[in-house]
Amino acid sequence: MNKELAIDAEDITIAYHEKPVIWDVDFQVPPGIMMAIVGPNGAGKSTLLKGILGLVKLTAGKVGIFGDTYERQRKLVGYVPQRTGVDWDFPTTVLDVVLMGTYGRLGWIKRPGKTEIYQATEALEKVGMRDYSTRQISQLSGGQQQRVFLARALTQDAEIFLMDEPFQGVDAATERTIIAILKELKHAGKTVVAVHHDLQTVPEYFDWVTLLNVRRIAGGPVKEIFTNENLRKTYGGKLSFLEEKESSSPVEITPSKGEQP
Amino acid sequence: MIFLADYTLKIVALGSALLGIVAGSLGTFAVLRKQSLLGDSISHAALPGIVLAFMITGSKSSLILLLGAAVAGWIGSYFILGIIRHSRISSDGAQGVILSVFFGIGLLLLTYIQSQPNAAQAGLDKYLFGQAAALLKEDLWITVIFGTVAIICMALFWKEFKLMTFDPIYGQSLGFSERATDLMITALIVIAIVTGLSTVGVILMSSMLIAPASAARQWTNKMGAMVVLSAFFGALGGVAGALLSSLIPNLPTGPAIVLCLTAIVILSLLLSPNRGILARSAQRYRNRFAFSLQKLLLDLYHLEENHTDGERAHSIKTISLIRSREGNIRIALQALESNNWATQTDEKLWTLTQDGRIQAEKLLNKGEENL
Repeated sequence: MNKELAIDAEDITIAYHEKPVIWDVDFQVPPGIMMAIVGPNGAGKSTLLKGILGLVKLTAGKVGIFGDTYERQRKLVGYVPQRTGVDWDFPTTVLDVVLMGTYGRLGWIKRPGKTEIYQATEALEKVGMRDYSTRQISQLSGGQQQRVFLARALTQDAEIFLMDEPFQGVDAATERTIIAILKELKHAGKTVVAVHHDLQTVPEYFDWVTLLNVRRIAGGPVKEIFTNENLRKTYGGKLSFLEEKESSSPVEITPSKGEQP
Repeated sequence: MIFLADYTLKIVALGSALLGIVAGSLGTFAVLRKQSLLGDSISHAALPGIVLAFMITGSKSSLILLLGAAVAGWIGSYFILGIIRHSRISSDGAQGVILSVFFGIGLLLLTYIQSQPNAAQAGLDKYLFGQAAALLKEDLWITVIFGTVAIICMALFWKEFKLMTFDPIYGQSLGFSERATDLMITALIVIAIVTGLSTVGVILMSSMLIAPASAARQWTNKMGAMVVLSAFFGALGGVAGALLSSLIPNLPTGPAIVLCLTAIVILSLLLSPNRGILARSAQRYRNRFAFSLQKLLLDLYHLEENHTDGERAHSIKTISLIRSREGNIRIALQALESNNWATQTDEKLWTLTQDGRIQAEKLLNKGEENL
């Protein structure tokens, strides 16, 4: 395993039943970049993240985090799961949820103290939610829920941040806040990997991209990899985004659907 | 005789209170983990354990029978978790199957030994519906010891239990084992159930777990407060039910406690301040009234706009003609007046105040922004 790489995953295959969700994927992330994982529904994007985090069993392959196994490097990785995965009517406060980010460092039984509360409050400040720290979590909007989850990951004080659809169903203001924080993390030398849905914003938000559809179609710097040809390979040509992109750039061949310019 | 009755009552009340505290506080986790049926399955699965423990040892000591119950309940829940993990059967299916199979075996064994000429078996059937009047000091000690251990465990692993109940996937990514916390929480629930079997019985025991926690959820948004409140409700329902059953002859304790708990749940559902049904419908009513006031304000505003000749005040009759909403117009107008948005002229005509006009314009602008 390569010590220079933030994430070095080789030959990853994940299968829940007979059909593999992820097939023989090599996934390498150099440190200090922002990478989007892009692909159609059911392409295995979330599953790949979960595989790296050891949340689902790998059928084959191995994962290295800065040259060692995830179990040993756990503290270097912060995770932002999809916010729809939890019950937001759970009886707890915003601060309590953010404090959970410190639990891994604390280990079993030990309780969060002043230092942890300070860190959690600082993280809430960063995502613009400090005034909400005593709020019950059921009162939050979708965007606020996402900010809380991001704040929770920030308190992990990690080197690598893995995020599952951080922009799913959030308002424009939250999207701007989140992307500003992610860019800040990148400037601080951290590595960010996010499952992303909106192809339009990929070049604006990210500098690297991995195109995934069960197999890894392509991966690398956005400028080289985010091409129509690669996107077509990933999405199988059924993509309105491609048509827009093509019709807006005169160099490209006009789409076949008889839309004469 | 009076002294004896008093003594029994004391034991009964104390025993049910302790049981309510243990079951109520641990039940919080069953409810928050959406595993209410798990408690039901475990308590039903305990029956064959009780009967088998008696058949093997020939003893009717509570401790031995309850150990049998705990082992059977534990095996039952282990099967349930195993079925969920290794098959495509969903959790309610797995729980339903285990519940009925174990309970069926328990009833079969119970009927079998009841048909035997051995007189010693008499009284085992009290574990079906519970018999608080038959509680002994020994039973109390069992509840105290098991309950204390369970509550100390809960306090010790509070942080982990909370994390793994709220977001187990994230918890695992931090390195906490979901399997370990699952097993621990299930073990604690088994303990809570087993300590209540002689008082409440296997059939209704799960409501001792679920009812107090569901009621407590209505009153608080904090998990710690929910546990304390749930323990209190459990104790309250337990004592009330147990006393009721020892005062009324032939009333089994289990159903009596469940009825008292049900009363607490119903009151909580109706009366709690934020989540309660009454509070919610009051809130809906207030919202509707506020909305109808805004509508009336706008109606008055438009009426003014149409009368450019300076004739700004209108009678109630005119206003009600153009009004698009129903409801008592006098009350609505008076509400506008108390907000300082409208005023009544000497000729009993209504007109907007300057404040009211500003307010109406604000509303209009907001409406356009939303479009």
